[in-house]
Amino acid sequence: MLDLTFESPKIKTIAGAKHDWELVIGMEVHAQVSSNSKLFSGASTQFGAEPNSNVAFVDAAMPGMLPVINEFCVEQAVRTGLGLKAEINLFSAFDRKNYFYPDLPQGYQISQLYHPIVGEGEVIVDMEPGIARRVRIERIHLEQDAGKSIHDMDPNMSFVDVNRTGVALMEIVSRPDIRGPEEAAAFVVKLRQILRYLGTCDGNMQSGSMRADVNVSVCLPGQYEKFIETGDFGHLGTRCEIKNMNSMRFIQQAIDVEAKRQIAIIEAGGKVDQETRLYDPDKGETRSMRSKEEAHDYRYFPDPDLLPLEIEQAWVDDIAKTLPELPDEKKARFVKGFNLSEYDASVLTADVDSAGFFEAVAEGRDGKLAANWVINELFGRLKADEKDITSSPITPAQLGGIIDLIKADTISGKIAKDLFEIIYTEGGDPAEVVEARGMKQVTDTGAIEAAVDQIIADNPAQVAKAKENPKLAGWFVGQVMKATGGKANPKAVNQIIAAKLAE
Amino acid sequence: MSIDEQTAARVAKLARIKVEPEALPALAQEFTNILGFIEQLNEVDVEGIEPMTSVTPQRLYRRSDVVTDGDQQEKILKNAPDAREGFFAVPKVVE
Repeated sequence: MLDLTFESPKIKTIAGAKHDWELVIGMEVHAQVSSNSKLFSGASTQFGAEPNSNVAFVDAAMPGMLPVINEFCVEQAVRTGLGLKAEINLFSAFDRKNYFYPDLPQGYQISQLYHPIVGEGEVIVDMEPGIARRVRIERIHLEQDAGKSIHDMDPNMSFVDVNRTGVALMEIVSRPDIRGPEEAAAFVVKLRQILRYLGTCDGNMQSGSMRADVNVSVCLPGQYEKFIETGDFGHLGTRCEIKNMNSMRFIQQAIDVEAKRQIAIIEAGGKVDQETRLYDPDKGETRSMRSKEEAHDYRYFPDPDLLPLEIEQAWVDDIAKTLPELPDEKKARFVKGFNLSEYDASVLTADVDSAGFFEAVAEGRDGKLAANWVINELFGRLKADEKDITSSPITPAQLGGIIDLIKADTISGKIAKDLFEIIYTEGGDPAEVVEARGMKQVTDTGAIEAAVDQIIADNPAQVAKAKENPKLAGWFVGQVMKATGGKANPKAVNQIIAAKLAE
Repeated sequence: MSIDEQTAARVAKLARIKVEPEALPALAQEFTNILGFIEQLNEVDVEGIEPMTSVTPQRLYRRSDVVTDGDQQEKILKNAPDAREGFFAVPKVVE
């Protein structure tokens, strides 16, 4: 396997009134498993359905109903673990996390506290070419999602929809290896990218398929290194958990304001209380979720309705065989195989569909040229149309055809852009369009010479100036291109003009 | 292990069970008795013995990922004290 080397990013410090402070951040990302039915019931997981229509009696916690596990959800968790190079636990078990809330009919969430299905792994968080943070994953466990409360439909009542209750979530827990707001957002971006490659979570943050809890603490420079050496959390500051973040921008803002809040408390001689907080983007502040504190006594115990989940190594091996090429490997292969810059390779591998499109274009062609066309022309054009790569009007074969025509000197780079626009909007075979519309580059030196002679004859003053200052020859090139409708081969034009002016 | 009245009141609150203050001493004593009874198990040496998770040699039963249930809004809401427009309606709970 190919690997790109990288260095750790610089640690961001925040200046307090007295000294500089460092941040220590750990994350818990809840990723909804892409499945048709729920973790323990046969009800649909479809988003946006009629309220309380995707609900089985198990989800509504009717007396006597028993949970039956969805094997596909287990497979997706294992696949995710393998994708994060994590250890897979052949023995795992489910526990009840007890708390009272209207959108949790059971009065407990079935989760995996003591024996999670996935153990230690890692995510390489890319910051810029050659710079990345290795963030260790502590565990991934399977658990049920809760329902949804709507508070704005009635002044005195909350309305509860339990459609989402019981949908399978993977809670992905990182070690406190993240050292700044940008790294935290980049961690979520990278995790989402990997999950999408794996197909285990759609990563849609708007619809709530991915949400993050962020644990933030601050410490003086040097303390984190002591923590890493000893594993003793005593070297770090007291952390606060900011719940339920669903945008990269808010994650960064929340960490920033929370760190500053903690620094102000400590520098004023106070003590940070370990608590759960909510970020309010309108006010730009975090505030305590007191109700959550009271309920924090979850009284976990093994769920007596479910036997331990025992899986076989052979099954895990079979899943491993179906793993796709992951972002890091694909990026390294693009850099080495297609001779791309790491930056271009990152852009092209950001999602698996773009990567596939590029590869189809680049196969057997100049990789760099293909990358330029995909990134600059195609992505730019798609963005302007608010389309994504899967709905691109131009196919890899068509774009490849345009590149072939450039490479064969059949069309100039400028004409190629016009051709791209035609194929993009009207479709067709690039070679045929070039033929039919007379877009071929004029390489016939006789024709170019005639055009050059004409322009020289018409502009004696410009000729005189250009003879003194050869840089002005560019003006003639422009005139010739104009006269030939951009179809003249620029290389030939340059040579002929240089020769004629030197006469 | 002895359970005091404060702990009993806390457990009742977490479970959302209303207990009148005068009932707390008896409740706490009952908890203490139950836990004391269970604590006798600590006398058994279980060193090196795997915890028993089931009395039958059974593997956790698994379903395939198929939608087989749901689409019964009316039944789901039937026992709700208050339901409106397809939702359970509950006293306002807001963070």
